[in-house]
Amino acid sequence: MKFGIVTFPGSNCDYDAYHAVTDILGEQAVYLWHKDHDLQNVDVVVLPGGFSYGDYLRAGAIARFSPIMQEVAAHARAGGPVLGVCNGFQILCEAHLLPGALMRNATLQFVSAPVRIRVENADTLFTNLYRQGELLKLPIAHGDGRYFADGAVLDALEAEGRVIFRYADAGGNISADANPNGSVRNIAGIISEQGNVLGMMPHPERACSPLLGSVDGVRLLESILSRVAA
Amino acid sequence: MSRFRLAVRIVPRKGLLDPQGKAVSDALHTLGFDGVESVHVGRYIIIETAAPDALAAGESAKDMCRKLLANPVTEDFEVESAVQA
Repeated sequence: MKFGIVTFPGSNCDYDAYHAVTDILGEQAVYLWHKDHDLQNVDVVVLPGGFSYGDYLRAGAIARFSPIMQEVAAHARAGGPVLGVCNGFQILCEAHLLPGALMRNATLQFVSAPVRIRVENADTLFTNLYRQGELLKLPIAHGDGRYFADGAVLDALEAEGRVIFRYADAGGNISADANPNGSVRNIAGIISEQGNVLGMMPHPERACSPLLGSVDGVRLLESILSRVAA
Repeated sequence: MSRFRLAVRIVPRKGLLDPQGKAVSDALHTLGFDGVESVHVGRYIIIETAAPDALAAGESAKDMCRKLLANPVTEDFEVESAVQA
């Protein structure tokens, strides 16, 4: 399977994603430059973390108008898998490929730390190798990660099983103390209506090796393989 | 076509948690501005553009806000003025 990792000016997790896909998963990966119009026939698109365009105006606001994003949107509309991590999540929201927005952390502080998230829906393209309710340890590193959407949007997301990750404490409880950024309803990751686009603030690609303190991110990538290859 | 100077004000949507405004408000209280009840921090954007008239310039600014300058999920915008530059 071929992964395409988009590099915007200011992306800084593109190599982490490349490493996870090629060295850990053993799959093929190519970098896609933001000015290109060609997805090079990739099966999966990854929008990596970073600070595209310096987060000018709002995080992700300018990146969504990069030429490659037209192709990414077409790929998403056609049902192709898209994984947006951190800045990638922000870009997906700005591009209206996912609902809602990522706002400044409630504490106003940049948070770089391991967090726990609970798998809320283990029957998706991205989570089918996890157990329902399983706790994962993944790192976050962001200043604008507070997910927000209107109540009606949130209710629809929940009713459709599209909130797939929530920040949780070590006991698996969804509590305010376990919420690192003030995200509404502790939301850490959501999928699109069709289920093929995932946006999440924690970094699965940085949790793919015991050396990095966690291997919990590997199965997210393997989940995509199992569904797309099947 | 004439040149117009547009001023656009973008503020957090009313009622949304605004930690930045809260932090500034707390700092003002620390400085003794006890009367301060609330603070909201937004953006002020100045644009110079060619347009047939002030009305058209203002309309185009609104369009810019909807498409890029403001995020309707979290922000409100107001085109403050369109004056001939």
